[in-house]
Amino acid sequence: MNFDRLKEKLEILADAAKYDVSCSSSGGSRKNKKGALGDSSASGICHTYTEDGRCVSLLKILLTNHCIYDCAYCVSRSSNDIKRAAFTVEEVVDLTINFYRRNYIEGLFLSSGIFKNADTTMERLVRVAKKLRLEENFNGYIHLKSIPGASDELMQEAALYADRLSINLEIPTESGLKLLAPEKNRQDMLNPMKYIQNGIAQYKDEKKIFRKTPKFAPAGQSTQMIVGATNENDLQIIKVADHFYKNFSLKRVYYSGYVPVLEDKRLPSLTTEVPMLRENRLYQSDWLMRFYGFKAEEILDPNMPFLDLEVDPKMSWALRHLDQFPVNLQTADYQMILRIPGIGVKTAQKIVSARRFQVLNIDHLKKLGAAVNRAKYFIDFTAGNAFLKYLTDKNLKKLLIGGSSSKFHNQFSQQLTLF
Amino acid sequence: MTTLLYDGSFDGLFTSIFEVFEYRYKNVEIVSRERFHQENIFAEIHEVITQNDKAERVLNKLEQNIGKGGIHELLKVYLSEDPEAEQLILSAVRQSIKYPEENILQNYADNNILKISKICKSVSRERHRMTAFVRFEKMQDDVFFAKIDPDFNVLPLIRKHFKDRYQDQKWMIYDLRRNYGILYDLEACDFFYPDEKLDLNKYQQKFHDEEARYQTLWQRYFTKTNIVERKNLKLHIQHVPRRYWKYLTEKW
Repeated sequence: MNFDRLKEKLEILADAAKYDVSCSSSGGSRKNKKGALGDSSASGICHTYTEDGRCVSLLKILLTNHCIYDCAYCVSRSSNDIKRAAFTVEEVVDLTINFYRRNYIEGLFLSSGIFKNADTTMERLVRVAKKLRLEENFNGYIHLKSIPGASDELMQEAALYADRLSINLEIPTESGLKLLAPEKNRQDMLNPMKYIQNGIAQYKDEKKIFRKTPKFAPAGQSTQMIVGATNENDLQIIKVADHFYKNFSLKRVYYSGYVPVLEDKRLPSLTTEVPMLRENRLYQSDWLMRFYGFKAEEILDPNMPFLDLEVDPKMSWALRHLDQFPVNLQTADYQMILRIPGIGVKTAQKIVSARRFQVLNIDHLKKLGAAVNRAKYFIDFTAGNAFLKYLTDKNLKKLLIGGSSSKFHNQFSQQLTLF
Repeated sequence: MTTLLYDGSFDGLFTSIFEVFEYRYKNVEIVSRERFHQENIFAEIHEVITQNDKAERVLNKLEQNIGKGGIHELLKVYLSEDPEAEQLILSAVRQSIKYPEENILQNYADNNILKISKICKSVSRERHRMTAFVRFEKMQDDVFFAKIDPDFNVLPLIRKHFKDRYQDQKWMIYDLRRNYGILYDLEACDFFYPDEKLDLNKYQQKFHDEEARYQTLWQRYFTKTNIVERKNLKLHIQHVPRRYWKYLTEKW
């Protein structure tokens, strides 16, 4: 194979795959069988980070960027005049193995444009995974894209070789999807997702009886939604996420701030900024739902369908529920400590451990890792707390914003930053 | 004030701790011979001879009180090479003997324990980074070779990770600062301590023929997977601090 052409293909197909947010290599647990290559563990490893600050854990590429669909938001859409390329199965396998041996990556994330039809494409993706597992004895991480409309048989096979499968919802609302990707429909996406969900549940049952049941998509499923390409609100987005977490047992929902790549009258103009702050607030809400015991309805309601960009969603909840504060650090239950602004999961756990040994004061809190500049207004210490007088102050929100500097501060100012 | 001098090994440290209790020293410091400079001329010197059975007895007792996980934390403190490491470990052992029913490592409101917890966090982070940032380069003799220069002595903590992962290729990871490494030759996976510093002259000429190709491909991939519109160098450097760049293939 001509090296320069291979290099060019890698450039084209990595470039086309980069808008897929997920790069997680976690949730799997493959042990290295004796004398083979690779393993994967529950925690995953980020091997490097690109200059946009995103983790690189997997070799994330498309098998091909030839595509029969013409989705408005996608660089690889059929009507877009770009360089096209396609890898052979052997090339993908060789790159994966050789990158893995050098400890560049945890494994492969393989997606593809849709050529001919769904099943032909899915079959080719499965073939790569199968070759890696069976011929190369590869036990690293494999994430395959489920192609909308792929048959149950192919999904079954995919789940036997891949750790994670994902299918992108792309647009949070069905009406938005109809507008931007008229050839796609939601049901084609849901069917493979449902099939895998049932398969995983069945695997768990069988595993109780037969210890050697072959693994079935052990790292579960995830999905991705583009934020800001259509006019949906944040409440709709987190409701969709919540629905998929509950009804499809998804491991992760990713939010991808729309990067304007194409001129199209259905889309925001090319000069629109990537909505990074909004994306960040959505991830914070997602974390609140998954790790902090918040319900979707608590984060937003129909009267307030957008997330506050000035303060994080947990703070926003606290400001709307001042009656629940101050919280007594010594006696409150873990769930309530988690709801104090400025206290995260690890700090909350440490507080619950440490308070068994002694009465905690504000200095302890600082040392335990809390963001005291925010937390101090919401806590009742046994020794008293002078900051509590601000809890009823009308300007509490201003005080809180003033007391911390946002990494997104430049998004609020209209001034051009030159350096 | 009594100064206990030990040989710098983990067992030596725990032999010393045993002897602190054995001789009932109250005002005491434990220092490795290598680091010892006589500052306090009135200090009484006590030379400790490493005895595994003494170390074993302390560790067994500790395991009953704070579990295997607790001992692993103390090992991390030891590997941190922090100037206070010995004192912190001694303090933890003393507290654990005093309150055997409690896992004293969770008493985060105690200053020494909190320091231990912070050191453990730093060492764990460095360990994790080494599992991520090690870059193997294939040499002519088919050995995949990696150079590292970690802030803490984490090589003993990453051996298992690499041993489990790479079983069908020969590999070597070498700590340039501490001058020792791990070698896996398809059978054994052991530490080795060369007498002389490793000669890295003309190192790249000893690359396997295919090495340059894969390095180029990886560098191109790294460049192309970046989204220029979302550039965020601050975050990039936060995740990949500059001191690691010199051994990262993609940051050539």
